[in-house]
Amino acid sequence: MRPFLFILSAIVLMSLAFWAYRENYATQRALKDVSNLNREIAALREALSQQNAEWAYLNRPSRLRDLAALNFDSLGLLPMEPSQFNRVDQVAFPQPPSTEPTLADPVDTVGTLDGTDSSTGSSTNDGEGHVEPPTTTSEEPL
Amino acid sequence: MIRTPLRPLARILAARQNGENPDHIERENIRLRAEDSRARAQNRAEGRLLLLGVAFFAAFLVVGTRMGQLAASVPEEPRSAGAGTEISGRRADITDRNGRILATNFSTFALYAHPKQMVDPKHVAVELAKLFPDMNAADMERRFTDGRSFMWLRKKLSPEQMQAVHDIGDPGLLFGPRDMRLYPNGNLAAHILGGASFGAEGVHSAEVIGTAGIERAMDARLRDPAQAATPMALSIDLTIQSTMAEVLDAGMTMMNAKGAAGVLMDVHTGEIISMVSLPDFDPNDRPAPLLKGDPGDSPLFNRSLQGVYELGSTAKIFAVSQALELGLVNPDTMVDANAPMRWGKFKIGEFEGHNYGPLLSVTEVIEKSSNVGTAHIALMVGADRQQEFLKSLGLFDPVPIELIEAPGAAPLIPKRWSDIVTITTSYGHGMSVSPMHLAVAYSAIANGGVLLPPTLLKRDKIPEGTRILSAKTAKTAAAMLRRVVTNGTASLGEVEGYEVGGKTGTADKVRPGGGYDKDRNINTFAAMFPVSDPQYVLVVTLDEASENTGPKPRRTAGWTTVPVAAEVIRRVAPLLGLRPQIEYTPLNAVSAPKP
Repeated sequence: MRPFLFILSAIVLMSLAFWAYRENYATQRALKDVSNLNREIAALREALSQQNAEWAYLNRPSRLRDLAALNFDSLGLLPMEPSQFNRVDQVAFPQPPSTEPTLADPVDTVGTLDGTDSSTGSSTNDGEGHVEPPTTTSEEPL
Repeated sequence: MIRTPLRPLARILAARQNGENPDHIERENIRLRAEDSRARAQNRAEGRLLLLGVAFFAAFLVVGTRMGQLAASVPEEPRSAGAGTEISGRRADITDRNGRILATNFSTFALYAHPKQMVDPKHVAVELAKLFPDMNAADMERRFTDGRSFMWLRKKLSPEQMQAVHDIGDPGLLFGPRDMRLYPNGNLAAHILGGASFGAEGVHSAEVIGTAGIERAMDARLRDPAQAATPMALSIDLTIQSTMAEVLDAGMTMMNAKGAAGVLMDVHTGEIISMVSLPDFDPNDRPAPLLKGDPGDSPLFNRSLQGVYELGSTAKIFAVSQALELGLVNPDTMVDANAPMRWGKFKIGEFEGHNYGPLLSVTEVIEKSSNVGTAHIALMVGADRQQEFLKSLGLFDPVPIELIEAPGAAPLIPKRWSDIVTITTSYGHGMSVSPMHLAVAYSAIANGGVLLPPTLLKRDKIPEGTRILSAKTAKTAAAMLRRVVTNGTASLGEVEGYEVGGKTGTADKVRPGGGYDKDRNINTFAAMFPVSDPQYVLVVTLDEASENTGPKPRRTAGWTTVPVAAEVIRRVAPLLGLRPQIEYTPLNAVSAPKP
């Protein structure tokens, strides 16, 4: 029993030592990763601030003004003026949507109108009833 | 250690005599001995357990403390410069009120030399002189070979220059990283930003310190490492600043002026939305101050803050609103306006020898800008109360804004306040203040009589302010200013839909030798809009302007500054989000869509 315990504890000791060895290197690697990441963050941050500066430089009002003047033909940009303000009720309302049903396939629609089915029919459809069927002729192969 | 024998002779003999079994004694002793040794072993084991427990406790305590520390610590931002930099070059960005960058940092490199490590100093000197025209080859060679071991060559390098220096390929030329201050908008808001330069310089980094303007005034805030990541937001609006600079520049050219200044202020918050002074400069390459001559001629001179001039007639509204506040007059009270007025040996006249009198109502005094009428009103108020009122408007002290130049730009106040000073001050002569002062004082009238301290920083919390006029008086005064535009001297200042009210002021410049110069004026227009509910105050000043389209040059503010200010309002008000009050004619029934 006793020698078995000795061997067991020796094995445990060695495996612990191996574990500690690995942990040590893992820690060192993690620290290195952290410092690499920190360096990367710092570099990205610097790049970001450079790009922000460049963005601000490219968007400086004097340049935008020159560009607007240069591209007046295509953009037609003018300084904002009081006359561009208006009241809501002076804005034209969009045209009310058409109440006529959209005819996806006029042939079929006319076909059904000719039939007895009046479920889709409404007062507006009645006006179309006069369209005499050119249908049968157009459907025939030439 | 004394061992008790297992079979003590005395007890054995005694037992034998008594006929007992002596083995009992031996067994009893063996039992006692075993018990004793067990107790000792138990003690030792307990002691070891305790020790081990303490050791484990200590170890866990250490681990626990460290974990707690890590959990509670603030995450640290990685620094851009290498570790162990003693000099911190970090400086917070400056943005406008909408977060657009006004000043930021840019990494670049400085060039320095270790002449003792140089392979070929002569070649280096010749090549450097080719790259940088201000370097002299012979001079550089002498300095490289005189035994020094270190010298700075260049504070900032462009990437192209850096590559060219790399191409020289000498190990004695070295680069040090630098953070340089960059103002991407160039001349825009130059007087506000000021500029920055290097302070303490090291090989690995250099301090960036503000040299003027808000960069210097707020240096501690900008360099505070704890706040380096949060940009400092100004109250300035970049778009409006740019528009105002553009309009003022055009106005300055059209009116043949030497300089122009403009201040736009939000009356409800005290924030300065725009502050322009022309001519301006590029803060990226700040020019050297003038060594001789008038510092006012340098582009570095901030006319809107440092330009301390006599106000001219823009000051008349102060005398009148004070008289209204004290109940001495009402807008319809008739006052003596018979020009010229005599006071002791002094004669007070009107513009070009007019006489608007004999009597004018108070409203007409402002409308026609009558010196004599204002003088009589000021005499009603009296010198002491007048001084007190002007002081409460902040006209006696430097403007408390966040620029390093502000404390130096103190108004010029007459030392003795005699009656004639009371008279001249009432129409803006004898006392000199800056356009900024004027804007602050007008903003008090526009803000219903409450004076707010002005600021260049974006304000989250509006301070209490001090009431200097009742809301009713402020409203009456604003209505009078409106009359100046509709019926009076500032008729060119009308901007449709924005209800501009304001007062013109034309002051002759003081000659260097003394006396006034008739042909050199400071023309000012102080305006507020829209008068029915004032939101903004605008002060525009043109230096030595003259409008030359007529048969003879016209130098009054009504002809020069007012149209420029009107154009500023026309362009800026829509940008401020102010909708014009459009005269609305109902659409006719035929074209109007049915609801």
